[in-house]
Amino acid sequence: MKHSNLIACHECDLLQREVALPPGGKAICPRCQTTLYTHSIDSIDRALALMLGAALLFVIGNVFPVVSMEIQGQRTEALVWQGAWRLHQEGETLVGVTVFLTAFLFPLLQIAGLLAILLPLRLGLTPRYLVPAFRLVEQSKPWSMVEVFMLGVLVSLVKLAHMATVVPGVGMWAFFGLIVLLAWASSTLNPHEVWARLEVSAPEPAA
Amino acid sequence: MNAPTAARLGLVACQVCELVSRPPAAACACPRCGARLHSRKPDSIARTWALLLAAAILYVPANLEPVMITRSIFGTQRDTILSGVAYLWHSGSWPLAVLVFVASVLVPLLKLLALSYLAASTQRRSRVRQRQKTRLYRLLEFIGRWSMLDVFVVMVLVALVKMGALANIQAGPGAMWFGGVVVLTMFASMSFDPRLIWDPSGGADG
Ligand SMILES: [Zn+2]
Ligand SMILES: [Zn+2]
Repeated sequence: MKHSNLIACHECDLLQREVALPPGGKAICPRCQTTLYTHSIDSIDRALALMLGAALLFVIGNVFPVVSMEIQGQRTEALVWQGAWRLHQEGETLVGVTVFLTAFLFPLLQIAGLLAILLPLRLGLTPRYLVPAFRLVEQSKPWSMVEVFMLGVLVSLVKLAHMATVVPGVGMWAFFGLIVLLAWASSTLNPHEVWARLEVSAPEPAA
Repeated sequence: MNAPTAARLGLVACQVCELVSRPPAAACACPRCGARLHSRKPDSIARTWALLLAAAILYVPANLEPVMITRSIFGTQRDTILSGVAYLWHSGSWPLAVLVFVASVLVPLLKLLALSYLAASTQRRSRVRQRQKTRLYRLLEFIGRWSMLDVFVVMVLVALVKMGALANIQAGPGAMWFGGVVVLTMFASMSFDPRLIWDPSGGADG
C-alpha cells in the first residue's frame, strides 16, 4: 500500500503532505528545519548534460598525470590508480584500496551510474536495471571523495615544492573541473523526481 | 502535543527513496526501490557506540605512529600527522598547516565527541535542543569525509617520490590506522538514526 502524496522528514520522521513548489523553491521541515525536497528546473536534462561533461573530465583526469615532478632530470608522474597500486606494492594494501575506492571507483560509479540512469529516462525508456542502479548510486554517494582527493593533491604539491620542481598536469585541471560539475549536478538533480519517474513506469501490479 | 510521525501512524519512510508506505510485514522491501524497510535504523545506538569505540581506539595509533617515512641521503625521517603539520607551519605554509590540522586532528576528534554526545543523549531519551542536535548531526555527516585529506597526501607523495637512492617516501602504519578512523566514523554517523532524537517528544523544540 502506497501513500504517494505523503512524505516523512528523513531527519525527524514528521509526516507531511507534499505540496507543489514554485520553480527553484524548497520545502523545509517545520519541526527540525531540514530541507525536505526542492523543485529544480529541468532537473534531469541539466544533470544529464553536467554528467556528460563530468565523464569527459574524469577520463582526461585519469589518462593525463595530475602532477609531475622533476628531481635532477628524473621525471615522475602519477595517476590516481598508479598511486593506489604503489601503496599496495609497498605493503599498504588497505590504504591503497581505500584510496582506489574513494578517489577512483566510487566517483566512476557516480558518473557512469548517473549517465546510465538519466540517459534512458531522458529518452523515455525505463529498463529494469534503473531502480537498483539508482539505489546503488544514491547509497554510494558519501564514498565518492574527488574534492577531498584534490585538496590532498594541493597539500602534497606544497610539501614537494621544497625539494623538487612540481608541475600541475592536465589531469589536475580536469579534476578541478570535475569537482565543479559534480557539485553542480548534485545540487541540480532532484532524486525525488527520478524516483517518481521510475515509480510511474515500474511494471508493478496496481496497488 | 503529539506530532504525526510516520512511525506513530504505522507507516515507514524508505531510507533510500523516501517513499512512505505501510509495510504488510515487520521486515520487507520498499515497494518502489526495493531497499529493506526499517522504521528506524536497526540497533542504531548500539552500532553507533560499537563503531565509535573502535574508531576511538584506532585514533591513538593513528596519531602516534608515522603516516609517512621519508628515506633520503640525509637519513630517515618519520612523520606523524602532527609533525607533518609542524613541518608545514615552520616552512611558512601556515594556512595549509591549519587546514591539515583541522581536517586530520580536530575533525575526527570533534566527530568522536559529538557523535558520542548525540548517542548518549538519545539513549537517555533527552528532549532538549532537538533542533540543534539535528543540525549537529547534519554537520558531522558533511565534515567527516574531509578527514581523508592526509591519506590522500600520503598517497600522492608515495606515488611521486620514488627516486631510488636519492629519496623514497613510504606510507607508515599511521596512514592505515588513520584511514580506519575516517571510515569507521563515517559508518558510525551512518548508523546513527537522527529520527531517534525526536522520538521521545512530539511537540515543538522546548
Ligand atoms: Zn524534520
Ligand atoms: Zn525506497
